[in-house]
Amino acid sequence: MNLSDARPGQVVRIGRIADARTRDQALRFGLAEGTEAVCQQALARGPVVLSRGALQVAIGRRLADRITVEAVPRRRGRREG
Amino acid sequence: MALRRHHLHGRYEVTARRGEIRTGYELTGLPPGARKIVLAGNPNTGKSVFFNAFTGLYVDVSNFPGTTVEVSSGRLGRDVVVDTPGIYGVSSFNDEERVARDVILTADVVVNVVNASNLERDLFLTLQLVDMGLPIVVAVNMVDEAERLGIHIDFARLRELLGVPVIPTVATRRQGLDIVRGSLDGARPGRRDPLVDDLAARAGELTGAASTPADRAEALLMIEDDPQVLEEFGGRPAGRREEVYRRRRERVDGLVAAVIRRAKPRLSAADALSRLTLHPVWGGLLLAVVLFGLYELIGVLAAQKVVGFTEDTLLRGYYEPWVRRLLAPYLAAGGAAEAFITGEFGLLTMTITYVVGLLFPLVVAFYVGMSILEDSGYLPRLATLVDREMTRIGLNGRAVIPVILGFGCVTMAIITTRLLGTSRERTIAVALLALTIPCSAQLGVIAGMMGGSGGLAFGLYVGAIAAVFVASGTILNRTLPGVSSDLFIDLPPLRLPRAGNVLQKTWAKTVMFLRDAGPLFVYGSLVISLLRVTGWLEDIQGFLAPLTVGWLHLPREAATAFIMGIVRRDFGAAGLAALALDAAQRVTATVTITLFVPCVAAVMVIFKERGPLQALVIWLSSFAVAFAVGGLVGRLAELLL
Repeated sequence: MNLSDARPGQVVRIGRIADARTRDQALRFGLAEGTEAVCQQALARGPVVLSRGALQVAIGRRLADRITVEAVPRRRGRREG
Repeated sequence: MALRRHHLHGRYEVTARRGEIRTGYELTGLPPGARKIVLAGNPNTGKSVFFNAFTGLYVDVSNFPGTTVEVSSGRLGRDVVVDTPGIYGVSSFNDEERVARDVILTADVVVNVVNASNLERDLFLTLQLVDMGLPIVVAVNMVDEAERLGIHIDFARLRELLGVPVIPTVATRRQGLDIVRGSLDGARPGRRDPLVDDLAARAGELTGAASTPADRAEALLMIEDDPQVLEEFGGRPAGRREEVYRRRRERVDGLVAAVIRRAKPRLSAADALSRLTLHPVWGGLLLAVVLFGLYELIGVLAAQKVVGFTEDTLLRGYYEPWVRRLLAPYLAAGGAAEAFITGEFGLLTMTITYVVGLLFPLVVAFYVGMSILEDSGYLPRLATLVDREMTRIGLNGRAVIPVILGFGCVTMAIITTRLLGTSRERTIAVALLALTIPCSAQLGVIAGMMGGSGGLAFGLYVGAIAAVFVASGTILNRTLPGVSSDLFIDLPPLRLPRAGNVLQKTWAKTVMFLRDAGPLFVYGSLVISLLRVTGWLEDIQGFLAPLTVGWLHLPREAATAFIMGIVRRDFGAAGLAALALDAAQRVTATVTITLFVPCVAAVMVIFKERGPLQALVIWLSSFAVAFAVGGLVGRLAELLL
């Protein structure tokens, strides 16, 4: 699935980021490919907000369409981030 | 080392002369033994609080040559402290990074300020600075906030793993600042990544440059494909950036795992509010509250109450008659000298009144509002909230920042369009700013004119301008080739802005603005007085009468206001405000002057930033759109009002 399909509260593992510049910036932010993050919010046809620890990043809808993610099942008592 | 520093200082002197702006980098004449201490860190880490605490009152804020990026410098004893823009890494992704990079490359000591609750993000820059081989002190700031969020940091371990002094601080409460200051002597290069270090050692070979820079920092940036450093040493990108970044990211994650222990966070009201800012319903309501607050501050308090006093009472009531009486014995009544100096558009009358009585209070209020927005961390959330709407006009949410800045000063906003990702977005944003956004000074005058006209007139005005904004954005988005970039931004937590910081920023920016705008007012008043004295003003009024009187249904004298508006739009708006107009005419006048050509300064900036063709097209179409829409809305107003 793509990041744009993520629902608020869902934990996702980031797969492939198509754009090279976005990949570099994601590495700086700490949202590299393979990282687990929580979808905080998904604005209707707007950006998706991802969080990891105290970090929150907003990703435009079109960009979120080009980032593949994998849903991570939430285990009971699991901590966010 | 000495050689490198000398060489780099040489480069700065050249750029500084080209930009003709003081930067503090010409401080080559540092006293013997003085060091250049550079503050570096991610955005929103509280770096400026450190800067203010270290340097005190005597601070020099200036634009870095060729950019709008502000760089502050000041003294700490014998040493010089330089603040840099907030960045996530040292490279050339944008102007901020380029400026920070150039300043960091000349540092003797780097004080790296990191946010205690966001080490996953902030330590990336720290490790990059370590890999650059620079002497570093790390200040882990806002440890109180981190504690609240349940983040416990093992500082001894972090110190050991980084190999540099690490000091916990709460800068806003002055905790730890003295220790940071005392640790400057202990700053040292940290533990570099051996693999990255090896790559950097072979920078010359890997990039095809003649040699590897003797300076490790520059060698590292070469390996990370930094275009400017590569150009300087004659190398080509080695394509290793992602590999280096990936290794650094793994090290950061390893460090964080080793030094952080997490407990249950205690969420505050600000955290809850942070979430609400992006809520579909509450987010919109909060935005309405913010905009209303700004309107009350700038549109009501400053534009009506304060300006009413400063412009009407103080300057027009006391100052102007006084200066006229004072100079009357020396100036022949009705002569040219009188017209230029104390006449209707005189240098010592109208110019002083506009700059001091009108512009100054408005600009102060605007920057107070802007600084509060900036410091609160609300702007990135606003960008996220409006992203979807902005993508329809070929922009992304970040463009909301130049648009909001445009309400302060369109000229400055046009320069900040550089933060937009593509040339396409910059074209759209510049066109929209030039055409539709009224600047703070103009807005004040318009608010004054609309004050007594009622809700319907105000609605017509806002509706007309919004329609032109959406229509021209949509047309440009449909017709311009290429694709726009997407939103990808960090959302800092909301914070209560600190009064000291807000006032300091406001003051520095107001001074800069008046320094730039003041001379333009002087030229403007000279031109109008010249037209007046030669009688050309009457001729132009007659020539433009079919347009102003025939089509817009305004008095003949409105032509003078439009001529003034070519110099500065607020100048023009003030000219219109001085005419006796009925309600419908006021709507026509405000719509026309808002859409009218941007001021001379803005046109010059468009010319410089976007080239002569775009400047000319924007300028001419502003004329056409302003008069066409102004006349049409005027007809509507005549029917309705």
